Amino acid sequence: MSHETHEHGCGCGCNDERIKPFDDLTSVLKKYADVPGSLITVLQKAQEIYGFLSFDLMRYIALETDISIAKVYGVATFYTQFRFEPIGKYLVMLCQGTACHVNGAKMIEEVVMDDLNIKEGETTADGLFTLNNVACLGCCSLSPVMMINDTTYGQLTPDKVKNILTEIKEKNDSQEGQK
Amino acid sequence: MKIVIGKGSCGIAAGANKIQSAFEENLSLAGLDIPIETTGCIGACYLEPIVDVFDDAGNKITFVNVTTDNAREIVEQHILEKQALKGLQITDADMTMIGKQKRIVLKNSGIINPERIEDYLSVDGYEAAKKCLTELTPEEIIETLKIAGLKGRGGAGFPTWFKWNAAYKSPGAVKYMVCNADEGDPGAFMDRSVLESDPHALIEGMLIGARAIGANEGVVYVRAEYPLAIVRLQGAINQARESGYLGENIFNTGFDFDLRIKAGAGAFVCGEETALIASLEGERGMPRLKPPFPAQKGYWNKPTNINNVETFANVPWIFRNGGEAYAAIGTKDSKGTKVFALTGKIAHGGLVEIPMGLTLRDVIYDIGGGIKNNKAFKAVQMGGPSGGCVPDSLLDTLIDYGEITRTGAIMGSGGMVVMDETTCMVDMARFFLDFTCKESCGKCTYCRVGTKRMLEILTRITKGQGVDGDIELLEELCYKIKEGSMCGLGQTAPNPILTTIKYFRNEYEDHIYNKKCTARSCKALLTYAINEENCIGCGSCKKKCPVEAIEGEKKKVHKINQDLCIKCGKCFTVCKFDAVLVD
Repeated sequence: MSHETHEHGCGCGCNDERIKPFDDLTSVLKKYADVPGSLITVLQKAQEIYGFLSFDLMRYIALETDISIAKVYGVATFYTQFRFEPIGKYLVMLCQGTACHVNGAKMIEEVVMDDLNIKEGETTADGLFTLNNVACLGCCSLSPVMMINDTTYGQLTPDKVKNILTEIKEKNDSQEGQK
Repeated sequence: MKIVIGKGSCGIAAGANKIQSAFEENLSLAGLDIPIETTGCIGACYLEPIVDVFDDAGNKITFVNVTTDNAREIVEQHILEKQALKGLQITDADMTMIGKQKRIVLKNSGIINPERIEDYLSVDGYEAAKKCLTELTPEEIIETLKIAGLKGRGGAGFPTWFKWNAAYKSPGAVKYMVCNADEGDPGAFMDRSVLESDPHALIEGMLIGARAIGANEGVVYVRAEYPLAIVRLQGAINQARESGYLGENIFNTGFDFDLRIKAGAGAFVCGEETALIASLEGERGMPRLKPPFPAQKGYWNKPTNINNVETFANVPWIFRNGGEAYAAIGTKDSKGTKVFALTGKIAHGGLVEIPMGLTLRDVIYDIGGGIKNNKAFKAVQMGGPSGGCVPDSLLDTLIDYGEITRTGAIMGSGGMVVMDETTCMVDMARFFLDFTCKESCGKCTYCRVGTKRMLEILTRITKGQGVDGDIELLEELCYKIKEGSMCGLGQTAPNPILTTIKYFRNEYEDHIYNKKCTARSCKALLTYAINEENCIGCGSCKKKCPVEAIEGEKKKVHKINQDLCIKCGKCFTVCKFDAVLVD
């Protein structure tokens, strides 16, 4: 492997023995080992498993796939889907498409920021919500639209947004209570 | 008897899954055993959730905007007691809107079950592919497409036959057929709808194309933001493989073709062919210079043909009905139909498919039902970040590649975002530049830095800090960025600015010289004041104001201190007595 030839202190961490293995990724790495051009797919699967791409995780992928860490990092940061920090239990994705913009997406964003007391890209202190602006979700006729985890909410109004967030908080509280 | 529920992404977002549960519950309460089936999107998104109830004779009654309560009424009154329930049914006006369309690409959408290949086969599915594989030579397939005059529906409008011919003539044993389903234009969702509602039409179109150019492997590059589309397409690919429409020796002709999905990871620039190929190869999706074109050196440097979803979905119809029949629809230069995503301030938003040659007015008023809430039409945005805004005076423009381009907009992939008097055109230009600035891959300096500088100027103008000369500076930058960018993203990024300056220069001037936003959209240019006649002194605005700019005693008229006011608009939103004025 190419990383063995690097001098210690090259900064890429290639010969850092402390890189911990990410065992859950083994089967993915094995599956795509012989499929050229699979880096994006591997990164997507890794994010699915671990929630986000930590630097250690990217370094591990670089090591195992024999792709330079610079390239892994370069590809990961090019695409908006990849995250480099942990996210909350609920990912609020606010659509920034044209139709949503025309129909008041900005107002919806303000309500969400107000209600959750976070800004775009941040996570609430309790780790429950992360707020992200995203490109068009393709539900333009129902604009303004947001997606929370896998559920899409359309024709949003400030009141509707507040209700949706409250409902999720209550549902979460009762689930926590049952545990 | 059966119940069919429209379950595209929009239908589900409007509550189709809840409606399905309500039907299941009410049917079981009533002791009825009636199958509930899934279909895709009919396109009338403003009527979702939509439920079709078929009687035993196959007659269909369509219920619209169905709620869970309606589901109970439909089961109890319509199904059990055989009452008409007229109020819940689709109206004649809505039927006319659908009737004015010409459906080729959306022919099966909202009618068949996209999760069952039998449904597609029952509407002559894969007959066109069978004909192409067993009866026609590659030359004959390409010739038919040439007669049809189909142009690429992804944006550029390049003749499809020409691309297929180039890939066919390109030497090499290994070739690839790629579908661009990286529908990135904000405001366009026809490709998602085809993938969700009629995925086999895409597979059949790709199979025909693969046969024509001699490709044995195909890839569909789908946006990751379309999870349902990926699930439905994967299901369709699996079924097609099991039924022998994909795989080895298709129709016993010795021809092999298989297809796989590659999920994109979110980059608008990947809609550009060479960037898409780079992304397929696991790289950063950055475009490269052409030539060589993908038909010569594409995926893994092999001859590759790339078309978008809607283009492929036209192909089976052309071979079932003949190239001449397709060419009979439309104008001299633009044949066939085009699907538009009609959104924004439109009364009846949704997906519509119309024959080329109608006017914009036909689409917005006759089919789209005009402007929402009786407001005045201002402009229609076509072509997304690469397109432009077409004003009222040009509403009689024909839907034709050349005619639309002459307005400064482009046909694009079919986004049509309608704007009314409350939409600020400077803000619209800023919105699109914000988009292209974020999505620029960074390779060309003019695109990378230029879009950023233009965004800064536009942001300044919308904040009331515009200065004399800004419009001229924007124009100069626009032309330089067009000249200095390698790919379509940079070359077209200035279009939203150029068209808004061309048609709405007065709005720019109002912002810069008079510090006014006539659409009352740019917050920094608004003034909030109390209408003394309406104010009852309830104090809710005072409580809500984050900077304590509102003073006044309880039950007495309040006052806004303009020096402190940050124009957040919270007082306006919270006032229940129309006592806050905006100007």
